Amino acid sequence: MATVPPPPSKRQKTAAAALAQTQADVTEDMPEGAIRVRFVDQATGEAGSLPVISIALANATTKNLELLLNELQERGDDRIPYRFFYTSGGPPYDGGGEALGDRSDLYNALVKPGKISAESEVTLQYAPQAVFRVQAVSRCAAAISGHGENILTAQFSPANSQRLATGAGDNTARIFDCETGTPVHTLKGHTSWVLAVAWSPEGNILATGSMDNTVRLWDPSSGQALGTALKGHTKWVNSLSWEPYHLQATGRPRVASSSKDSTVRIWDVVGRKIDFALTGHKDSVTCVKWGGTGLIYTTSHDKTVKVWEASTQTLKFTLTGHAHWINHMALSSEFALRTGYHDHTGKVPGNEVEKVAKAKERFEKAVTVGGEIVERLATASDDTTVFLWSPLTSRKPIARLTGHQKQVNHVTFSPDGFYVASAGFDNHVKLWSARDGKFLFSLRGHVASVYQCCFSADSRLLVSASKDTTLKAWDVRTGKLKQDLPGHKDEVYAVDWSPDGEKVGSGGRDKQVRIWRN
Amino acid sequence: MPQNEYMERHAKQHGKRFDYEERKRKRIAREQHKGSENAQNFRGLRAKLYQQKRRKEKIQMKKTIRAHEERNVKSSEAAEPSSTPLPQYLLDRSSEKNAKALSSAIKQKRNEKAARFSVPLPKVKGISEEEMFSVVKTGKKTQKKGWKRVVTKPTFVGPDFTRRPVKYERFIRPMGLRYKKANVTHTELAVTVQLPIISVKKNPQNPMYTQLGVLTRGTIIEVNVSDLGLVTAGGKVVWGRYAQITNNPENDGCINALLL
Repeated sequence: MATVPPPPSKRQKTAAAALAQTQADVTEDMPEGAIRVRFVDQATGEAGSLPVISIALANATTKNLELLLNELQERGDDRIPYRFFYTSGGPPYDGGGEALGDRSDLYNALVKPGKISAESEVTLQYAPQAVFRVQAVSRCAAAISGHGENILTAQFSPANSQRLATGAGDNTARIFDCETGTPVHTLKGHTSWVLAVAWSPEGNILATGSMDNTVRLWDPSSGQALGTALKGHTKWVNSLSWEPYHLQATGRPRVASSSKDSTVRIWDVVGRKIDFALTGHKDSVTCVKWGGTGLIYTTSHDKTVKVWEASTQTLKFTLTGHAHWINHMALSSEFALRTGYHDHTGKVPGNEVEKVAKAKERFEKAVTVGGEIVERLATASDDTTVFLWSPLTSRKPIARLTGHQKQVNHVTFSPDGFYVASAGFDNHVKLWSARDGKFLFSLRGHVASVYQCCFSADSRLLVSASKDTTLKAWDVRTGKLKQDLPGHKDEVYAVDWSPDGEKVGSGGRDKQVRIWRN
Repeated sequence: MPQNEYMERHAKQHGKRFDYEERKRKRIAREQHKGSENAQNFRGLRAKLYQQKRRKEKIQMKKTIRAHEERNVKSSEAAEPSSTPLPQYLLDRSSEKNAKALSSAIKQKRNEKAARFSVPLPKVKGISEEEMFSVVKTGKKTQKKGWKRVVTKPTFVGPDFTRRPVKYERFIRPMGLRYKKANVTHTELAVTVQLPIISVKKNPQNPMYTQLGVLTRGTIIEVNVSDLGLVTAGGKVVWGRYAQITNNPENDGCINALLL
């Protein structure tokens, strides 16, 4: 038998504890010296008028760099948070690169691992971030029963995170109060499953599209139907898209609906009739999006993307390239168009003119790249690829994003337009740079098909919903799992992050709506 | 009985009669008449056998006709995509047929405390050791020792099992009575799937039978359900689930079990 040494005496233990305490607060010593930093705009790749600056290594934290850059740009009080990227190669800087953490500093991130030497000049690309910060959702605030069948679609109201609308297989749409976690209104009228719900950008009308070939309009505050069903389609309605707020004729909003019957119909909401129909697709139109420049984009199972001019009601051109069904489409301006004049501050402009001006300003801010309006388009297809288009400038795709191993079901742009996330049946979500389509990260973790994903309003987080009954929140900067959100008892079909970033709503096959918050 | 294909060989060597095809065609054409004559004139056992054969032929014929008719039918109504509501992006896809469908129902049932320890067959008839084992009497040495046993019931033997030296081997589990798969049913889903057995968890008769992997009625086995795509609440894939054997495998030659 081995000899066991006696346990330490009390005096020895206290001495050891005291030693541990005194040693605990020894800080890592920063080397003296400075590093020369050149700031380059990530969007343009040019330094502009910014000088090369020498910074002491001890002070070169991300926070300080951000202050310095704001100072150099003479922004005064309204500072913008920046994220800094480092790529080892010289110019041209092709997007992406290694992002510096918010609490990191140049010495620990770059010099110590030997990526740069303290003597050389380092070029950092900077990209502006949202001035507000969304915290990752971490817990289920409410699980609301009510729907009698599978929940098929969900969308938050554009104004804030108070109201969530869901469409379900029990032929109803419901509106939930997310503050209290209670159902508010049950919108009955459809005779078959509700496949699509869409809030108007103003937030005062809710449109629902159904398996019974009709579109219905509702007043979300009272839960009353606005007129009867809008009939016209001969097959079910796949998706809905409202006319952007700044393009609407005052008081006469319109909504576009795409259907399995290969047509898209534009409905006059006030007149309750078909304004016009867009025919030309040869197969089911899977997705319709109304762009902020007055173009309507549609994707279809006939492998084409068609771009229509809303004012003349004609086909402008057709984008071809996909080899199989196109399942979904995202616009770089989608978030701005969906929320209209509602922003993170919650202030609503006083009158109509200001509202339109603000909605227009928000749209232009979202899509302006290098001084011109570039509305980009990402399409996800069964041919396992995602195409990135810039229909205003070219009919050729900017990039073909390959990497998925099965059909890509869902694609979405980040609200700031820097990232594209695609979710596929191969259990992965992939992150791409929206500027040139460069592959950034593969978000692995789901064990079954990923059905949908959604960015937070500040573009720093992503939440994905999967067949494996979980939601997962991801950190966009590092591509790591931020939060695993189990709770649903079956497949999750729909997920949405509220425009103000407070809550995430999800619904699926277990007939429960779940509200998640931090 | 003919040995080898001597007729084919002959035809290859010498060719066929010049009127072979013609005679064959005529024979086939007269087959109906021949058949009818036989049906009318056969007597006794021959008639019985003939009618039996004819009946089987007719069943086959009717089945083929029905299959052809079905193929020709054009349904006017649009095929209902699915009975359960599906989101727009899953509508036109061929739905995978698996038992995952109502998995939440099972999960809810398991949540109920009472259901957790209840099994479909709470009691089974005891099996004595005399019935379970037969004494091996073959071989000079074995006869003297008299402690070698053959398990007479179906068993599950793990894939990594190697026999011990014959000298020390106390129990023999015959190859013919080993099973690797079980037909596992979930009653609520009304789904039966053949799943590989992972292990024998508990044989209610005797702990020794559990060790030996004996499969009798009432035995709890662990089956590999990874094909079904079940997922826990935490998002992990479930691959082993317990099931209880409901039939007497030694009588039926197969293993039927209920998923717990």
